[in-house]
Amino acid sequence: MSGEAAEIAFDRVTKRYPGRAEPAVRELTLSVPAGEICCLVGPSGAGKTTAMKMVNRLIDISEGDITIGGTSVRSLDVTALRRGIGYVIQQVGLFPHLSVAENVATVPRLLGWPKPRITAQVDELLHLVDLPPDDYRARYPSQLSGGERQRVGLARALAANPPVMLMDEPFGALDPITRARLQHELLRIQKELRKTIVFVTHDIDEAILLGDRIAILREGGVLAQYGTPSELLARPADDFVSRFLGADRGLKLLSLRRLDELELAPLDGVAAPVAAGSTTLRDALSQMITAGSRSLVVVSPDGAPRGVVTLDILAGLAE
Amino acid sequence: MTGPLAQGEPAEPVIPDFGEGSDCVVENRLFCPDWVADNWSGVLQPALVEHVKLTVIAVAIGFAISLVAALVTHRLRLAEKPFVVFSAIVYTIPSLALFQLLVPVTGLTVTTVEVALVGYTLLILYRNTLEGLRGVPSDVLEAARGMGLTRRQTLWRIELPLAVPAIMAGLRVAVVSTIALATVAALVIPEGLGYPIFLALREAFNTEIIAAGLLAIGLALVADGLLVLAERALTPWARTRRVR
Repeated sequence: MSGEAAEIAFDRVTKRYPGRAEPAVRELTLSVPAGEICCLVGPSGAGKTTAMKMVNRLIDISEGDITIGGTSVRSLDVTALRRGIGYVIQQVGLFPHLSVAENVATVPRLLGWPKPRITAQVDELLHLVDLPPDDYRARYPSQLSGGERQRVGLARALAANPPVMLMDEPFGALDPITRARLQHELLRIQKELRKTIVFVTHDIDEAILLGDRIAILREGGVLAQYGTPSELLARPADDFVSRFLGADRGLKLLSLRRLDELELAPLDGVAAPVAAGSTTLRDALSQMITAGSRSLVVVSPDGAPRGVVTLDILAGLAE
Repeated sequence: MTGPLAQGEPAEPVIPDFGEGSDCVVENRLFCPDWVADNWSGVLQPALVEHVKLTVIAVAIGFAISLVAALVTHRLRLAEKPFVVFSAIVYTIPSLALFQLLVPVTGLTVTTVEVALVGYTLLILYRNTLEGLRGVPSDVLEAARGMGLTRRQTLWRIELPLAVPAIMAGLRVAVVSTIALATVAALVIPEGLGYPIFLALREAFNTEIIAAGLLAIGLALVADGLLVLAERALTPWARTRRVR
């Protein structure tokens, strides 16, 4: 199990704990297409971490099954299964007595890779997470900042080229600036590597930013809705989902798209403030409000006007 | 006083006879370096070597037992209490009483001494080893499990290395206290730095008492220093400071 991304499919997965009447996860069915990020979100007690941990069998499945690339996780040897899945947790869990390079090399060593291959892989991954190997290879975790630690955690999870990654609130303990930076780094890395990622978070904005798909779970481990961020934002299935998405879900929907993607109205000599095509619709709306204008002229990178976006166009989008 | 060797008929000694030697020895002054020099290879050095042996054997066996016990209790919590109670009881028995209890069984032998010395190391070594194993942060253990380390791999590659500082702290206390305690072994066997002290006490011969005592103190300091160096060499990661 390495290299090519694989689909992860939950098939009526239920988790019951002995002595508790209600299951922690109830008949969860969803599939994460190969190479996509699926964010599991929900309030605490919604079973999102439980659902994730059943993929690498840190928690046993009570009923139902999970398959990776068509193979049931139950049919595999548990240590082999885990070594084939990248695992990142909020507290990172770096081994304090091992250097950065040794931490990253953990799984390749367990898999018995030859030394030169491990060294090359470690350097490549440290480059990938933007930690220059010459500077960081020999450091111990105690010599790193919080953000650097989680970069090492990410590199360590990617070390053996797993097709699948599990990430449990990996950026939850970081300050907002570092978090935003790492979120974008993850997107950059994902563009390159195309892993299938199950990403647990309680932060809906993070889920909207990172997820190709979002699964919203409610208390008792019931799937409330599963879909792309724009599907969820445009058509929440019920009150719970719409409350969870927040009162500003219209604005969140606008933040998912850019002016370039819209059908613009003709110029017709309109005099209005100018906005670049790469502006998000949310920022465009904000610009209209601050400029007191009901329309903006959208320009291409060379400054040539391409068309006009109006308040009416924005307001009609959610339909 | 005149010279030490009286001519003709030896007078009845009024003070203990310290045999041939310098004025210093004969007069039993506080400390006579010449006696130390004369008796280094015949008395003090052998006693020092025996003392080191007694200590090393006691701590090595005590550590082996404690490590196994700690590893077992790390897995089976139930086993902890009996071992703690046992080692704590042993620890509280006065050493003289313990020798008295053991002599009928094992006789006036090295075994008697070692059994007692080992007994006194158990509590500190066991507690520190177990504490070290338990002190491994839970996120580290979860990461290890999630990455597919087996329990055995987790123990050898993660838990034991991370327990080294606590284990070394226990070893330092155990070694220093065993060096002090091993002087009492002279009550049972004619070995160790306690033996010259034991002999010298009968005659109140100052130099020998002080020389052997200083050697025991010096040995403890040197052993402790060596263990500190060993710990530093074993845990380079524990010394590093945050750079930012």
